[in-house]
Amino acid sequence: MTFAMNTGAARTKIDWARSLFGANFLLLVIIFLWWAVSTAGWVSRVFLPSPQATWASLVEGVTDGDLLAFTWATVSRMLLGWALASLLGVALGAVIGLSSTARAYMQPTLEFIRPLPASALLPLAISIFGLSPAMVLSVVAFGAMWPVLLATVHGFASVPAQLQEVARCLQLSRMAYAFKIGLPNAMPDIFAGMRLSLTVSLIVSVVGEMIASQPGLGQAILLAARSFRASELFAGIVLLGLIGFASSALLAVFEKRLLKWQKS
Amino acid sequence: MIDRLLIKLRPWWFPVIALALFEAYARTVGKSSDAIAPPSAALRGFASALSDGSLLSATAFTLGSAALGLLLAAALGIAAGMALGLSPRAARLSFLSIEVFRPIPSVALIPLAMLVFGFGLRMEFSIVAFACFWPMLLLSQAAVQQVEPRLLEVSRVLGLSPLQRANKIILPAIIPRLFVALRLGVAVALVVAVTVEIAANPHGMGYAMMIAQQSLNPGLMLAWLMWISVVGFVINYGALRLERAVAKAMGQAG
Repeated sequence: MTFAMNTGAARTKIDWARSLFGANFLLLVIIFLWWAVSTAGWVSRVFLPSPQATWASLVEGVTDGDLLAFTWATVSRMLLGWALASLLGVALGAVIGLSSTARAYMQPTLEFIRPLPASALLPLAISIFGLSPAMVLSVVAFGAMWPVLLATVHGFASVPAQLQEVARCLQLSRMAYAFKIGLPNAMPDIFAGMRLSLTVSLIVSVVGEMIASQPGLGQAILLAARSFRASELFAGIVLLGLIGFASSALLAVFEKRLLKWQKS
Repeated sequence: MIDRLLIKLRPWWFPVIALALFEAYARTVGKSSDAIAPPSAALRGFASALSDGSLLSATAFTLGSAALGLLLAAALGIAAGMALGLSPRAARLSFLSIEVFRPIPSVALIPLAMLVFGFGLRMEFSIVAFACFWPMLLLSQAAVQQVEPRLLEVSRVLGLSPLQRANKIILPAIIPRLFVALRLGVAVALVVAVTVEIAANPHGMGYAMMIAQQSLNPGLMLAWLMWISVVGFVINYGALRLERAVAKAMGQAG
């Protein structure tokens, strides 16, 4: 029995190593194809720089600080907008979700606004705030608030009946009910909403930088494309991909840790 | 009777009161503002856009490029998703590549698409297709993996070729789930299309709204904002109804 289990574990380890190798292999093939296509000149260099040129632009941009500063500007805009969105979304969502009356009056309107693209608010925000960093931040926060808000409403509204009875028996105050029963019950929904809203934050930050000319990767890649500096454009896209990858990976780890208690 | 009417009216109080307050504010405090306009001015703007035909043409452009991008993404995504769902080896080989390319925000490709295609339809629908491809791929892969194993055994016993197996067994089995993926894709496609127009592409509803703002016509801008949200709501609602109708027709509840 122990023997069988050992070989089983060993085998999954080998499988895992093999699949990791295979996965890397395909990625290397894709990069090799990119290199071959761009070096052979099948696609114009104006659109498709070689991987070496992209890497050189990336290294140059990061070492002389330009690209690094833009990355930081975009990341901080995204995180600040996301934090604001999460706070507002959870607070408003809790208020609406706790009261069935508030839900009856407000939820249809919220559902109506839900499909509206966050970026569609940019023109409105420009006419109210002008082309300022605060304008971009407000649209990021407002657009990213939506997934958190609706998820929180759902989480607070779907407390199981037994738990509601427990709260009534214990004569919990409204506040205590919100923090001790509503919020823990809504946590998985809130996290799902926050994951979505982080993506929205990044997208709206980049679009906002593009149209309001705020310093950041969005502006950097738009300017690179306008002046036909394809390798800088690709370096910017690579950095934006890295931001997207890193932020969702970090959030997944964080979520797993925080929601551990639910597994039991 | 009255009670029932009041309950039916409940969803309307909030938007009506909000619009009325906004109207009052825009007519008094914000009277001389170039930035905001009362909802009544938005209605007039809507009427003018409707009568000069810009409403119809811009809406058609946005919806057309969103639909084209979604169709392309659905065709490629479903085919690739079925391949990955049927072959664990293919799934293992490609998961890292997918994880590397998927997190690239779709808007990061706007400048690249501008360089390659210039402004216009192709630029917009290629970005929409990129954005919709990943959910279509992952959801159809998951759908294939959840196909009842006994159905696959049946196809093995019958000695079906891989193509026959895909057409006769897998595809019918995953159709309800594909429509779930398609509904998500519709939402993504519309958001991305409008975003591309606002950021760069001088066509469609998003651009019409930007132009209204830049020519200091807040009434028309609000009209476009309202129109975009109405179109978004109607299309998402339609997609949801379609998904449910398909699920029902395929014999799945909910």
